[in-house]
Amino acid sequence: MTVNLTSPSLFARIRQSDLWYSFTRQRSAVFAAILLAVLIISAFTAPLYAPQNPFDPAQLELWNAEIPPIWLEGGQWPYLLGTDTQGRDILSAILYGSRISILIGIASVVFALLIGIGSGLAAGYYGGFVENALMRVGDILLSIPTILIAILVSAIVRELLPVNLRDVGAAGVLVLAIVLSGWVQYARTVRAQTAVERRKEYVQAAQLLKVPARRIMFSHILPNTLTPILVAATLNFGMAILTEATLSFLGIGMPPSQPSLGTLIRLGNQFLFSGMWWIVLFPVLQLCLLVVSVNLLGDWLRDALNPKLR
Amino acid sequence: MIVFLIKRLANAAFVMLVVALMAFMIFRFVGDPVQLMVNEQTTQAERDELRERLGLNQSMPMQYLHFVANAVQGDFGISYRNQQEVMSLIAERFPATIELVLMATIISLVLGVPLGVITAIHRGKWYSEGLQFLSIIGVSLPSFVIGIMLILVFSVMFNILPAFGRGDVVNIGWWTTGLLTPSGRAALILPSIALSFYQITLVMRLVRAEMLEVLRSDFIKFARARGVPAWRVHYSHALRNCLMPVVTMTAMNIGSLIAFALITETVFQWPGMGLLFIQAVTFVDIPVMAAYLCIVSFIFVALNTLVDITYALIDPRLRNAKA
Amino acid sequence: MFFKSTLLAGVAIACFATAGSAQTLRWGAARDINSLDPYSYGSTFTISFLNHVYEGLVRYNADLQIEPALATEWEVLPNNIWRFKLRQGVKFHDGADFTADDVVSSLARVSHPDSPLKGNLPAFKSATKVDDYTVDIELVGTYPLLLNDLTNIHMFDAGWLKDHNAELPTDVAKKVEGYPTFNANGTGPFIVESRVPDSKTVLVVNDNWWDTPKHNLKRIEFTPIASDATRVAALLSGEIDFTEKAPVQDLPRLAATPTVKVMEANELRTIMFGFNFQDKLANGQPNFFQHKEMREAVALAIDLNLIRDKVMRGKSRVTGTVVAPAIPGYDAALDVPSVYDPEKAAAMIKELGAEGFAFEIVCANDVWLNEEEICNAMVSMLTRVGLAPTLSIGPNAVQQIKQTNGEADMFSFGWANEPMLDAYSILLQVFQTKSDNAGVFNWGGWSYPELDKLIIAASTELDRTKRLALESQALKIVKDESIMLPFHQQPMAWATSDKVESVVQLSDNKGRHWLTRMTE
Repeated sequence: MTVNLTSPSLFARIRQSDLWYSFTRQRSAVFAAILLAVLIISAFTAPLYAPQNPFDPAQLELWNAEIPPIWLEGGQWPYLLGTDTQGRDILSAILYGSRISILIGIASVVFALLIGIGSGLAAGYYGGFVENALMRVGDILLSIPTILIAILVSAIVRELLPVNLRDVGAAGVLVLAIVLSGWVQYARTVRAQTAVERRKEYVQAAQLLKVPARRIMFSHILPNTLTPILVAATLNFGMAILTEATLSFLGIGMPPSQPSLGTLIRLGNQFLFSGMWWIVLFPVLQLCLLVVSVNLLGDWLRDALNPKLR
Repeated sequence: MIVFLIKRLANAAFVMLVVALMAFMIFRFVGDPVQLMVNEQTTQAERDELRERLGLNQSMPMQYLHFVANAVQGDFGISYRNQQEVMSLIAERFPATIELVLMATIISLVLGVPLGVITAIHRGKWYSEGLQFLSIIGVSLPSFVIGIMLILVFSVMFNILPAFGRGDVVNIGWWTTGLLTPSGRAALILPSIALSFYQITLVMRLVRAEMLEVLRSDFIKFARARGVPAWRVHYSHALRNCLMPVVTMTAMNIGSLIAFALITETVFQWPGMGLLFIQAVTFVDIPVMAAYLCIVSFIFVALNTLVDITYALIDPRLRNAKA
Repeated sequence: MFFKSTLLAGVAIACFATAGSAQTLRWGAARDINSLDPYSYGSTFTISFLNHVYEGLVRYNADLQIEPALATEWEVLPNNIWRFKLRQGVKFHDGADFTADDVVSSLARVSHPDSPLKGNLPAFKSATKVDDYTVDIELVGTYPLLLNDLTNIHMFDAGWLKDHNAELPTDVAKKVEGYPTFNANGTGPFIVESRVPDSKTVLVVNDNWWDTPKHNLKRIEFTPIASDATRVAALLSGEIDFTEKAPVQDLPRLAATPTVKVMEANELRTIMFGFNFQDKLANGQPNFFQHKEMREAVALAIDLNLIRDKVMRGKSRVTGTVVAPAIPGYDAALDVPSVYDPEKAAAMIKELGAEGFAFEIVCANDVWLNEEEICNAMVSMLTRVGLAPTLSIGPNAVQQIKQTNGEADMFSFGWANEPMLDAYSILLQVFQTKSDNAGVFNWGGWSYPELDKLIIAASTELDRTKRLALESQALKIVKDESIMLPFHQQPMAWATSDKVESVVQLSDNKGRHWLTRMTE
């Protein structure tokens, strides 16, 4: 009896499938991928060329406040997109702000994936008590709207942090708040898939051959559950960035000393009618470009990976 | 069936107990209620006495029991900020939020379903691809940005719709409605559009996906083969078959719309529960925060349970699978 | 099922308001009033709004001088007793007559130990009825400022309080609602028609007001709109007729709009920064702010003119002393703002060995004008002279706990000396050493015996000139010791639609719509 214990890896499948073909065919997907790459790279290399470090209070000079973008009258080099009311260079601020938004997005998706996949596999494979306990926790978290979980967690945890850690810990608190409601979706998907795969012959064969449970889970079952997870993770990355922006907009996210895009929009919103439109417009544009490119990619990925829609 | 019902209800009750525990935890962790209620002149003895009267000297489980017992009777105490019973505060704001959410839901169905059908039937055409692309932008725009833009365009630039508030309202019993006055209806337009934006794209995408699936099924092929006109195949045979998931999702999403309304309400100063909650957060008005959490979760859980039970009634196979 | 539908039982059709009609003033405020009960909350804004409904024995006129209101005359008797003659023929909104019983009852309610407003009437001992229209008020000692205090102590109807079980102030801790929180029955020019907290409060004119109305209003619709941008949008689109807080950054835009009128002036309120004087900072580190040189260095490091020009759009008045010129006790000789000298500041900090001194500045984002931006700018300026400040920013309700608990290393502070309108207010409440009824806002924990002596002397000095001289001497110590750093007097900016003909704007920044006229 021969059992093929190595199911094809995801990347091999991508190359073999018509995913790549579909990718190159879809102009919007190519466009989104390029845009996202540009946004991410520019955000992370910002310290190399940005005119200012907006997180360093010593570099903010009130004299330079409210300079309009360079193509308008009164615009000044090097403030390409103008400055805000603190003398913060808008271009630098949105680059550094995107960096925070992207980092929070990535961190919350990665942690949610780790927790979700781990608990989903365990629940689906072992069943019984483990499954019940994990899924019940998930039920509860899904019974509270995500935005409420995020608001409550960020409000409570912030209070629990010592005073001098609150600024530093703000990003961590946001990640925690987003992860808490995000992991359940992965856990449910993985559990359902695992429960199906577990009954399949190749797994039962592996069990007969005394392959350790961990190995069966990670190298046999997991790859088969990854497709829906990948799609969900991409879309959730966009959602995480939006949730972070929303919390910061409501004033319970990133502090103004380390502004994320949401914080910049909150601060700029006060000047909406004062003629200083650049303070709010550019962060809004940057946020939208970022999330649109992520969602375009996720959308394409979902269609491309869904055999029914081909 | 009865076993399923009981299991489902017990599950919902358990979830509510845990939510209540979370709400109770805010009481304990977000600041000291006594500290928030007294002014600077209050002596230590007076503070202790107040602590005693509020029952803060009891053990945590006892306090939790009290909290749950009171909450079940609709008593969440008195708001620190408004000095009013929390339940009556929330009851005053409840109609505003519900009207907003229902209006947003109606808009999302009225626009989302036809758009979904069009993009499914005309898959590959430039306009349906364009609509697909727009729907992605729809899910990518944060709702506060949409709200700000709507105000900027329709209130400030064109000055045709109000930028804030609910207009004049009419009382019907304890319910207040803005639907019966011109200013109330005008005030509802922008916030409900802002709130429905995300929901429109969800409905549209769901209808599209379901339609694509149904259109591939045998009975549609059969209907086509029989020579039934295309529009009848699409709108009567196919659409009817994919409405169930749409209705389900809409029902379940009302809960999260109520929660998400807090952002719209903040931007438009809409006097609903969400605005009350955000004001409570900034004022650390803990009884209001706790009550809001419990009530919104209750609506959420109740809707989910109801949908589950309805499904089980329709499709007996689910009774064992879900419980 | 989960609502107690106790409120608003029955079917009631709300008014189809004549919104926008010439005699309805639609007031878009930056915040809601806390309650309809003036004794429930020590909030200047709430009390000033309720001045439309309730009145005191005396009031400020359009020149901020005290004039008779519900009392017509008064005299000081021996033994610290003040005798007030009451105005006859005054009726409450429900038709009851205003008599001495009402004064006694109201004063008992406001001075009750549970009353959050008892601090506004510090010298009060008891009130007794002499006859129906005469009341004696006994004070704990010689006290020159009783009339100033009484301007904002509103008169309730004794019978109404009794009928609604509200003779004691509302106590949140008892978990019961107070009747006056949602209902009002005053003697003032307007009657409360309806109130939905955070949404709308409607006042209608009181045709039976005892005074001759100077206004021509029929209704006031008061709507809180907290967001600056939304409030400005409402003003631009003509949805409101008046706001008492037009954001300074939007003034040019508003002034350029033909349908909007902007009114600007400087407020009585002085914005300043205070320091923690305790041995340790909130983070347990040694506290350099105990050194006067450190506080002076901070003052030198801050460019007040730049903050005025950029953050406050040139609208604020930079000040060198902690009280505004209009406040009795103000001394022009003290009003010399500190001069920006970052090099000297850096040198002084170096000399103290305080380079890299890390501390937290505690500011709120919902109290003073552009406070968040002021505090951000301070962080930049102080970082550049070698300090390492961090900023804690949040709603006042949260930040004030840190400030009152002495956990704020440096904090923003504002004081308008209202309703007393005398420098004694800030000296007593802020600068005197903390004790039973002094230094309530002495958040830093400072104590200067020679300063205390001057303040106590002023509190019993009945000769106005001598008293004000004592107060000025005390303010000199405050300045010499740099106990607090005065920044500026806030600008106040009101805006009205073109439907409003005239509004009286005084430096106490209170709306007085019984003086407002609209175009007919």
